[in-house]
Amino acid sequence: MSLKDKLLSSYIAFEDHLEEDSPIHDIRNEAIKVFEAEGFPTKKLEAWKYTSLNSLLKENYSIFPKQDHSLEFKQVKKYFLHDVDTYKVVFVDGVYSSFLSETTHDKIDVCLLSAALNKPKYKPVIEAYFNKAAKQDSLSSLNTAFAKEGAYVFIPNHKEVEKPIEIINFSTGNEAAIMLQPRNLIVVGENSHVQIIERHQSLSGNAVFTNSVTEIFAEKRAYVDYYKIQNDNTNASLIDNTNIWQEQESNCRVHTFSFGGKLTRNNLNFYQKGERCDSTLKGITILEDKQHVDHNTLVHHIEPNCESHQDYKGIFGDASTGVFNGKVVVEKEAQKTDAFQQNNNILIHDKATINAKPQLEIFADDVKCSHGCTIGQLDEEALFYMRSRGIAKKEARALLMYAFANNVLESVKIPELKVRINKLIANKIGVRLGFEL
Amino acid sequence: MLKIKDLHASVEDKDILNGVSLNVNAGEVHAIMGPNGSGKSTLAAVIAGKEEFVVEKGEIFLDDQDISEMDPEERAHKGIFLSFQYPVEIPGVTVTNFIKTAINETRKAKGLEEMPASDMLKKIKAKADMLDIDRKFLSRSLNEGFSGGEKKRNEIFQMAMMEPKLAILDETDSGLDIDALKVVANGVNKFRNKDNAVIVITHYQRLLDYIVPDFVHVLMDGKIVKSGDKELAYKLEEKGYDWIKEEVKA
Repeated sequence: MSLKDKLLSSYIAFEDHLEEDSPIHDIRNEAIKVFEAEGFPTKKLEAWKYTSLNSLLKENYSIFPKQDHSLEFKQVKKYFLHDVDTYKVVFVDGVYSSFLSETTHDKIDVCLLSAALNKPKYKPVIEAYFNKAAKQDSLSSLNTAFAKEGAYVFIPNHKEVEKPIEIINFSTGNEAAIMLQPRNLIVVGENSHVQIIERHQSLSGNAVFTNSVTEIFAEKRAYVDYYKIQNDNTNASLIDNTNIWQEQESNCRVHTFSFGGKLTRNNLNFYQKGERCDSTLKGITILEDKQHVDHNTLVHHIEPNCESHQDYKGIFGDASTGVFNGKVVVEKEAQKTDAFQQNNNILIHDKATINAKPQLEIFADDVKCSHGCTIGQLDEEALFYMRSRGIAKKEARALLMYAFANNVLESVKIPELKVRINKLIANKIGVRLGFEL
Repeated sequence: MLKIKDLHASVEDKDILNGVSLNVNAGEVHAIMGPNGSGKSTLAAVIAGKEEFVVEKGEIFLDDQDISEMDPEERAHKGIFLSFQYPVEIPGVTVTNFIKTAINETRKAKGLEEMPASDMLKKIKAKADMLDIDRKFLSRSLNEGFSGGEKKRNEIFQMAMMEPKLAILDETDSGLDIDALKVVANGVNKFRNKDNAVIVITHYQRLLDYIVPDFVHVLMDGKIVKSGDKELAYKLEEKGYDWIKEEVKA
């Protein structure tokens, strides 16, 4: 049975278990129809031209993992931040782990989507926001159909959340292969601030296929800082669908650090629904072996006087492949838009590949839009300069790679996270540096 | 200290050096002058080990050790320092971090422990003061957005920090106003001692008023065609290079 057929037949059983009056009952049924009609995307689709899911679809995934895969804290300690206190919403094989989590209902809600979907008091929020920002494409629809669990974050107006929120999805390897479909809903009220770190982490070499959907709503003047750490092991694949709705004067920033995993696809969509929004999309991708990362970004400028800043750096070693497909749409009404897109890539080995495709669709006439894309090797002159100062070739190369990626780190606002990312980069490049940049 | 014998070097099959011989002893300053395209910068780069250049023939000895096959970093560890004509910008690496890395990598290669952080700071402070370098400058990204003068001063700062045996200054005077030139020359003069040596590559005699050479060599078409003392530099300044060309022909 193909994975698609398996999912479709599982859906019938899944839907039977849910209560009839679930507010999203109809949404699920519509969503599964979309997936049934479209199936998994293939390379025939323009948006999937350089990324094939074939190798993922062969596995026999467990779709509803058994409960109770508890983990000891010491097994997973290293995946959390330590120096700062955080809220934590942790899932183990798709199941909420109350033991590893630290949720709250004190003025803000940092808890579970399952609770939000089932308890009447959350009904107005679910009705107002759930599935409103998610794309209605086949993979997002597949997630919607099975949406059951994930993080639910609701920040009311005028609230600065003091602790960052960590959303971590562990997979234990207790199943030979597992498919996970976390669904996160994040609503940030007017003038409110929040920092969120999201991570998917497999603890074994077993196959993991995650199809995640995150919806983020930033109300007027909200400030959302979102960090994605993608450093999973080499048999774990991730399709991340993140959709951000921004209201007037809101500021949303997403940093994506892609160092691990087998195949990663980031569908990151920003919709600017109000004037003077500010959107930032930044990424560092460092790959080796046969890893594959595909950044598919969209910034949709709908209203006037908004800005967007995109800066993606990629370093590709061995036979790794990267894709950057960055689309910026400026609607006719979106005058005075200031949209900037930068994508720089370094290929370290002959077999590494990057497919970069900036796309600008501009319908307004008074805008400032720029984009730049480079693909190159490490600068030989710079290497000689460093070597002539006694820095060995390997370290000089590493230092240059660091330097290349560094400016993306400058905007990371959580100091410990910055240090951690720095270390991940050093490990990935395989050197020890005498200082932290 | 440095002995170059009949050095031939090419880049992309184009001959640039056509038999350079040069002896530099400890405690000496040698100036290499010559018209554009005569091979001055190539000579500097070949001594420092730039891989783009192919040594076709000849030898480069440092303290009786043939270095002509060594990697650039190995030569640096042996005590060769090249001050670049066009220092490379390295965004994201501060001046301080870069020099720390350079010094500790060199110490590591020599089997020494890393320099203690407090000693490093003291040294950085002393050398920065000597070269009139603002402390803020040290936490800026290496050469990024530096003026021409700042870049050159930074090169001399690195030289002072690394204390090489042989410093090659490739057109360190270009882009410097007279005040900066004096500061840089002062840095070089303070660095000089009986155990090290300096090769100054320049177009102009001006720098040699401040860094006084023991020998002046004229490089033309990849060969040293004339050598003399500092008076030769004055003569070149006054009369240009044509008279040497005539002399060579004759």
